[in-house]
Amino acid sequence: MEKQDLLADYRTMVLIRSFEEHCQQQYTRARIGGFLHLYVGQEAVAVGAIGALKAQDHLVTHYRDHGHALARGLEPKPLMAELFGRSTGTGKGKGGSMHFADKNKNFWGGYAIVGAHLLLAMGIAYSIKYKREVLGQADQDGVVMCFFGDGATNGGEFYEAVSMAALYKLPIVFLCENNEFAMGTPLSVHTSVTEIHKKASPFMPGERVNGNDVEEMRARALYAVNHARTEGPYFLEAMTYRLRGHSAADPQMYRTRDDINARRSGDPIALLKQKLIDQNLLTEKQAKQIDKEVEKEMDVVVQFAEESPAPDLSEAWTEIYSKPL
Amino acid sequence: MPVITYSEALRQALREAMTNDPRVFIIGEDVVHYDSAYGVTKGFEKEFGPERIKDMPIAEAGYAGLGIGAAMNGLRPIVEMMTTNFAILALDMIINHAAKLHYMFGGQFTCPIVFRMPNGYGQLSATHSQAFDNYYAYMPGLKVVVPGTPYDAKGLMKAAIEDPDPVIFIEHTGIYNIKGEVPEESYTVPIGKSNLLRDGKDVTIVGYGRMIPYCQQAVETLASEGIDAALVDLRTIRPLDMEPVLESFRKTNRAVIATEEWTSVGVGSEIAARLYTEGFDHLDAPIWRVGFDEVPMPYAKNLEAHVVPNADSVIQAVKNVLAGKTQKIRQQ
Ligand SMILES: Cc1ncc(C[n+]2csc(CCOP(=O)(O)OP(=O)(O)O)c2C)c(N)n1
Ligand SMILES: [Mg+2]
Repeated sequence: MEKQDLLADYRTMVLIRSFEEHCQQQYTRARIGGFLHLYVGQEAVAVGAIGALKAQDHLVTHYRDHGHALARGLEPKPLMAELFGRSTGTGKGKGGSMHFADKNKNFWGGYAIVGAHLLLAMGIAYSIKYKREVLGQADQDGVVMCFFGDGATNGGEFYEAVSMAALYKLPIVFLCENNEFAMGTPLSVHTSVTEIHKKASPFMPGERVNGNDVEEMRARALYAVNHARTEGPYFLEAMTYRLRGHSAADPQMYRTRDDINARRSGDPIALLKQKLIDQNLLTEKQAKQIDKEVEKEMDVVVQFAEESPAPDLSEAWTEIYSKPL
Repeated sequence: MPVITYSEALRQALREAMTNDPRVFIIGEDVVHYDSAYGVTKGFEKEFGPERIKDMPIAEAGYAGLGIGAAMNGLRPIVEMMTTNFAILALDMIINHAAKLHYMFGGQFTCPIVFRMPNGYGQLSATHSQAFDNYYAYMPGLKVVVPGTPYDAKGLMKAAIEDPDPVIFIEHTGIYNIKGEVPEESYTVPIGKSNLLRDGKDVTIVGYGRMIPYCQQAVETLASEGIDAALVDLRTIRPLDMEPVLESFRKTNRAVIATEEWTSVGVGSEIAARLYTEGFDHLDAPIWRVGFDEVPMPYAKNLEAHVVPNADSVIQAVKNVLAGKTQKIRQQ
């Protein structure tokens, strides 16, 4: 197993944060429309967990998908272009913020019906096993990692997914990002089982991990992925906190500024930075330099989106079917 | 040509696809240990092995999602829903996912999947006797196939399995046993092509699925009474091929639409609208629609028989059209 490069992880987390801040700005300027769910505060979950995946592994996620896409190595330019509704976007401007995808990176997309994509992820895992066992494709040893929120664990589709994944012993990691809210509804108001991983415990092993610590996140994700590859499904509950609103337009009536400030001590980027400085792997000066470089990269990314053409109107009528009628 | 049942025709198509392509597999409730609810895939497990046909838990969204994920990753799942009544528990999977994937990710993913599901009734009361053809036909991104003859059942099933996009394949418990000529060899019937089953000059009857056998009976009875009715089988309700319907309508100037569904806001409503908008100049009399009476399905035999359409309802509607009467749709 390759050793975790904490400095590289730090840079990716800063990149995600900066991407999101730029999204917020562009949303305020009305260059980005629709719902915009930012990942600020949760960066260590995506970077830690997705870093445990290999190229042949698969990723399925929900609408809060920017961090997962960037952590998987999708280029920021076509992502920003997608947000701008441009033809150079990952979905040619047809999907927007909630539906990033890149087939070539086995990034099977962000889905916007809460809880539903767990079933698609389960189906992809089923197909991997089928390809290996029925079609004799020995190289099919991929694992599916499926991200979702705490709010997604109350509906029936969640239970169907964990139950069937266990029944067929599928290579899948269910990764719940418990950020303590489902939109504005606090965890304890939406579920009686607030230790989310216990909801899946009749079906598969699982655990709660500190999702704000990228090192712990990586270590436990490696364990989970290995378990999924060799034995069957595994459940990770990553504890984290969303430092921005549910979406960019959220007035956040359900918590105060003080509530949020009290949680800034858990900011995964600040935590990692301090750790790297303590270990003499980073200086304040170098950190500033990284910020500057990322900032510069983002300016280019926004410019790319801005200068990209809007989709031709004929695009509205393409790709409804893969074989046109 | 061999004469076989609708059910056997489906079976031939499914067997052929299973034999020719190992990516094709069947999942559904009670398809193995119970030997399949209506016997269509009876014995398949022995023939193809336990990995190619699998009993699913009673979790319609669950195994619909399993199929969709597998289809996205290159397999060719055939998902059998026990009946259309239960399939609505998987509407989110079908409508928000299967139908949307290709478009919303800019063409990156495809979803070659077939959902088989029968309509039907038979003293099963309100929740087990419904039709949701219009739910699926409403949705861009889906194809919806509803064969009314054994020949089409086989050819359309082959076409559905070969199709690269999601296909809803609606069958009917009331016609699994009807018989017809079906070639032994392989063939497909193209999705999205209506079929003129009988030419006629007095009235155009439009139908599909379970109503086709009733319409065929009606047409014969009408002929014996000197009424020359044309019959068009839509076969597919998305995409909708109106040309054969309009071509006949331009000659007859009168139409009866026979669909087994609640009449208001149904597939028949769309066909009527198309006839009014695209065939307005040819319209000589008000169009009549035949369907369920707009009540939840009752259990008692006489009540049930009273509210479902049959050959007689089609005959009566034709006579009403020829008499120039106006139909009043009753909702209460
Ligand atoms: C089935 C469904 N119901 C409601 C919504 C509206 N909605 C979108 S996100 C959300 C909250 C989800 O919270 P959680 O799963 O905890 O994820 P988080 O946003 O916290 O990452 C709601 C209610 C939806 N998209 N889908
Ligand atoms: Mg949440």
